[in-house]
Amino acid sequence: MLSPIDFLFYLFAGFTLAAGVGVITARNPVYSVFFLIAAFLNAAALFLLAGAEFLAFILIIVYLGAVAVLFLFVVMMLDINLATVRAGFVRYLPIAAVVGGIFAAQLIIMLLIWQQSETPPTLNALGNSPMNQPNNVYALGRVLYTDYFVAFQTAGIILLIAMIGAIVLTLRPRTGIKTQVISQQVGRLASQTVRLVDLKPGQTPPTTAATTPTEPQEGSA
Amino acid sequence: MIYPPAVSSAHFAILSALLFALAMAGLFLNRKNLIVMLMCVELMLLAVNLMFVGFSAQWQNLTGQIMAMFVLTVAAAEAAIGLAILVVYFRNRHTIAVDDLNSLQG
Repeated sequence: MLSPIDFLFYLFAGFTLAAGVGVITARNPVYSVFFLIAAFLNAAALFLLAGAEFLAFILIIVYLGAVAVLFLFVVMMLDINLATVRAGFVRYLPIAAVVGGIFAAQLIIMLLIWQQSETPPTLNALGNSPMNQPNNVYALGRVLYTDYFVAFQTAGIILLIAMIGAIVLTLRPRTGIKTQVISQQVGRLASQTVRLVDLKPGQTPPTTAATTPTEPQEGSA
Repeated sequence: MIYPPAVSSAHFAILSALLFALAMAGLFLNRKNLIVMLMCVELMLLAVNLMFVGFSAQWQNLTGQIMAMFVLTVAAAEAAIGLAILVVYFRNRHTIAVDDLNSLQG
């Protein structure tokens, strides 16, 4: 007989695996992204079951809020021909099944023959375990900001470099548009741009084309 | 009556193994679509995270959760850079099939 925790675990685990199957078999990459979102959502629920509350919410905020949306943007930005994308699907199906099956069998055999040195605590004990005192976020912060401080800073630098890299990769200078050149604006002199003209009443001003001083060339100043 | 739960870290480990193998099969299955391959890599990293969190709970040690957090960080960076490269490549070649990624062969 299943306890409620067991039921929830099998429910979310089943949804995660089903969503994983959906990611790799969906016809349209947009559906793949949606299945990916479902997989991450169910994995977040599994994290909650294991007592990792902070990671569960980080997964929802960062993955569903940022990374999945990033994937969605890119999928919709690229105009992909669906027919060519799906071309080799049937051809690669046997090798994919063989590789996946071998990999799963290896991992599960390794886990089955692996002797646990003590009886693992069941999930009921995990949610309010002593490591989560007074709560998961507090306990995680105490470890993260002391023992793993350098690694934490390094992770921040990695994110910064990734951001700069993504911007540099995708930025393309556009030609033929009017942009503001600040150095030219600042470098302009009043003597070259403003002039006084004596006008008698009724006299038309001289045409500006002949008398306007030439614009300072870019870089000459 | 409420039965005590039987789910332990071994359940997490087997789920993680299945998800990892599934994502591995997806890498082979979607050879024509680099975006879905990137998603499969994300799925693999999620499987690794499940393993980390399950064992963190078993050994009552927060290091597993810290490592899962770093895995999340690197996965986010990888997704951003990978998608940026993908966009730039698509702009130049108008294809994202992996078989056609041979510009560097000269």
